[in-house]
Amino acid sequence: MVLQDNDQTKEPMGPYQWPARKDTDVIGKDHDRLDGLVKSTGAAKYTYDVNLKNQLIAVALGCPHSHVRIKSVDSTAAEKVDGVVHVEVLEQGKEGKEVRWAGELLVVVAAESEGAAREGVANIKIEYEMLDVFTADDDLEAAQRAKRTTKGGNRIETEQEPGDDDDEDEFYEKEFVRLFKDAEIVHEGEYGIDAITHCCLEPHGATAVWEGDKLVVYLSTQNVSGTDDQFAGALGVTANDVEVRCDYIGGGFGSKFAPDYWGIAAARIAKKTGRPVRLMLDRDQELRIGGSRPSGYVKVKVGADKTGKLSVWDSHHWGTGGSGRGAVSIGVVPYVMVPPNRRSIATNINTNNAPVRAWRAPNHPQGCALSQTVIDDVAGKLGKDSYDVFMANLANCTNGKAEVYADQMKVAARLMDWKAKWHPHGKGAVKGSVVEGLGMGLHTWGGAAHPSTCTLKIHPDGSVESFLGSQDLGSGTRTVCAQVLAETLGLKVTDVTVNLGSSKYPISGPSGGSTTVGGVSQSHRRSAQDGLQKLFVLVAAKLGAKASDLIAAGGRIQTTDGNKSLSWKQACGLLGVTPLETTRSHERGKDGALSSSGVAGVQMAHVSVDKDTGVIRVNKFVAVQDQGLVINPKTCKSQISGAVIMGIAASIYEQRVNDPRTGLFLNSGSFDRDGYGLARLGDVGDIVVELYEPESERSRGVIGNGEPPAISPKTAISNAVANALGVRVPVVPMTPKRVLDALAKAAGKA
Amino acid sequence: MTKSNEYTDSSRATVNRRSFLKGSGAVAAATALHSPAVEAEPQAAANVVSGATTITLNVNGGDHKVTVEPRTTLLEALRSQLELTGAKPVSSDGSSGASTVLVDGKPVMASTTLAMAVTGKNIETVESLGGEDTDAVPRAFVKHDAQQCGFCTPGFVVAVRALLNKNPDATESQIRQGLNGNICRCGTYNNIIKAALDVVKGGV
Ligand code: FES
Repeated sequence: MVLQDNDQTKEPMGPYQWPARKDTDVIGKDHDRLDGLVKSTGAAKYTYDVNLKNQLIAVALGCPHSHVRIKSVDSTAAEKVDGVVHVEVLEQGKEGKEVRWAGELLVVVAAESEGAAREGVANIKIEYEMLDVFTADDDLEAAQRAKRTTKGGNRIETEQEPGDDDDEDEFYEKEFVRLFKDAEIVHEGEYGIDAITHCCLEPHGATAVWEGDKLVVYLSTQNVSGTDDQFAGALGVTANDVEVRCDYIGGGFGSKFAPDYWGIAAARIAKKTGRPVRLMLDRDQELRIGGSRPSGYVKVKVGADKTGKLSVWDSHHWGTGGSGRGAVSIGVVPYVMVPPNRRSIATNINTNNAPVRAWRAPNHPQGCALSQTVIDDVAGKLGKDSYDVFMANLANCTNGKAEVYADQMKVAARLMDWKAKWHPHGKGAVKGSVVEGLGMGLHTWGGAAHPSTCTLKIHPDGSVESFLGSQDLGSGTRTVCAQVLAETLGLKVTDVTVNLGSSKYPISGPSGGSTTVGGVSQSHRRSAQDGLQKLFVLVAAKLGAKASDLIAAGGRIQTTDGNKSLSWKQACGLLGVTPLETTRSHERGKDGALSSSGVAGVQMAHVSVDKDTGVIRVNKFVAVQDQGLVINPKTCKSQISGAVIMGIAASIYEQRVNDPRTGLFLNSGSFDRDGYGLARLGDVGDIVVELYEPESERSRGVIGNGEPPAISPKTAISNAVANALGVRVPVVPMTPKRVLDALAKAAGKA
Repeated sequence: MTKSNEYTDSSRATVNRRSFLKGSGAVAAATALHSPAVEAEPQAAANVVSGATTITLNVNGGDHKVTVEPRTTLLEALRSQLELTGAKPVSSDGSSGASTVLVDGKPVMASTTLAMAVTGKNIETVESLGGEDTDAVPRAFVKHDAQQCGFCTPGFVVAVRALLNKNPDATESQIRQGLNGNICRCGTYNNIIKAALDVVKGGV
């Protein structure tokens, strides 16, 4: 449905602002998520759940090899399989094409049932010419030998600048030698963080149906408003003939912004067969091609003073973004706390894995882990409390948040009982073979509100609804929008309806980069404030009061002295037969008082490590997070806790394992213990989430929260393990074997 | 800094999928290790059938005719023919727990159960816990915000229901140990524990 803007007062009225903390009824209070019950009773319909009349089920053949050229494709046997309706050889599956990663979809079979489609896929015959394979992303020398490296950039900053006559290279070489000589302590090490995948539980995919020349696509997407044009462009139709719908999405984490070629294929096959077509990736394909995060490995040398404050940083890091994509950005190595003298060099490794996609806080988790483990090792070397050494390094903060971090560290330390639990690295009590340790990390993120338009309808019967082409990734977008409307209009959250999930609704940005809550709360607050002003004019006339003297609260519109009032329903009755419609937008960068950007967070972990088995357990985790003004503390805390749990998985269990010979992603098909390792319920200790919202932060307005808490967990847990063992397990995930190897190496046995 | 092959000797990799599927011994071992809420449902060897057949499944208290082939899983039948899409297809080997349903009161993975193997049994899906008289478990999930994207949630709700049917007084540590057959990517575990404990205490 395209909503007509019958806005009588088109100009935004404003000024737009949030009520003071003491004046809120709905904002800042815990609210159950509005779609909680439909989710927990199975009633919520995800893309995967769409069953249309006559719908075909499509299954794709993924390339079984990591690097090949297609010699020939024969689909005749597949076409003869009972129930198979259509076989489509995709562009990259055609003869002569080079395929550079396993899992890439080559042929799609659409059939009456999933079984028939799978049988069809099993009957496709492809001859491959095998090409060279490289996936050893942690091995820089091997990558150089295989000619798989490209420059990833470099950055040099020093307090002393080269003179006009100096040869720059020579100057920096000498300068770094001098800086390390002058440092009171020098530390060198190697660290790393393996590639992981997005691993959405609802895989990528779509169901496409043509109604005449109009296409409706049910797409599992983080980008409802931005994908209709992409479908239209790829299919040669106009965007107004395409509707993308997504009521519920089973996880995205940065990997679901586009239709993807398989979504386009579903639409093409639907057109050709004249029937709705569903094409979802299977688990193996989801992990292989549905999105992953770049790996990062670093060789680093730092110099510091006796407090542990770094004066000089010199690093070379490498890693893979998959085929043709870069390593971790040099902008985040070192991370947040950047010494005045630094040299960072990056090398990209081109491997035969699918290209990476944005993974919650792109670059930051790796940057954090590759940098702040180094700081913690400096603390270990000095025999100092990591807390004090992090505090000392706040002087090197580059984001202007040193004071916020210092305060957050105090809060986190209190919640963790850091001082009581602390012991110098490797010097804690040993219970049997188990040692305990503490570690911390800190992070930053932008999170500026994305563009968002909201159309608000206030109906004569008192019902209220909003429309926006946004999506609810599980962060509670519907609930947050409803809270903003309810607060502004003096209603209850259950009095309003939020309609999202269609590209035919007013445009809202993609949900990525922690931009959604800021954007949608902007557009809802603006629409509701202005809509209410318009209603006030009618109510004022009725009550014989001034519109400027009216307020909306407790389901009534009343004069500020409370002497005259109408119920919300009576007030809306004044509208006659036409709903009051107000459309307001937020433009990126025009935050005003409602939203801003730039947040800080501190996290601390307490772990137990069994030195005999190498098994790590997180006993307690504390996350202190700033996100400006919090609209729904309940869902906000859930999101932070979830980010921490993802971090626990990536710290201890989760990794993409490529077979060294074939390059194949070995653990992509299952979640079993030899499958893709995610934390399970019993693997997670106590998680304490503290929303850091003093007036200084609240007054900045709303800022997104999806990315920041996902950044530090690996760092905090790695540092806690190092504190427990007195030995660094250099690469995360810290699998039992890596723990035991690190211990053996330290004992001189390796 | 090498990671080649270490995966196969990680101590987490104690039961591989083939041995898991091979026999009840391995299944027992897996249960002891992971303590999932779900027990393996023996797959009755159906009489030899080929092609599509119409069978009757008793789902959520009513008999329903479905047309299935021998290879049709219970999950496929529920989702594509009965419009019961609460149980989710996440992994075909049942290792995510997202397709958990109750068969004669016991939790099984609908993704690894053949439709033909459960004729004559009482099948209950997550949808049976909703409706007018909503069960305490989904209500507790809402109260404690134990869902984010919600894709794993139906499987978890059924797993919690099964655990609490078996042990209505489950302690926190029993809950922590008893729900390891299900995966949540969004990280809702701590709130699931709170929700389950609240049901035990009669708080919802
Ligand atoms: S809530 Fe998203 S997977 Fe569990």
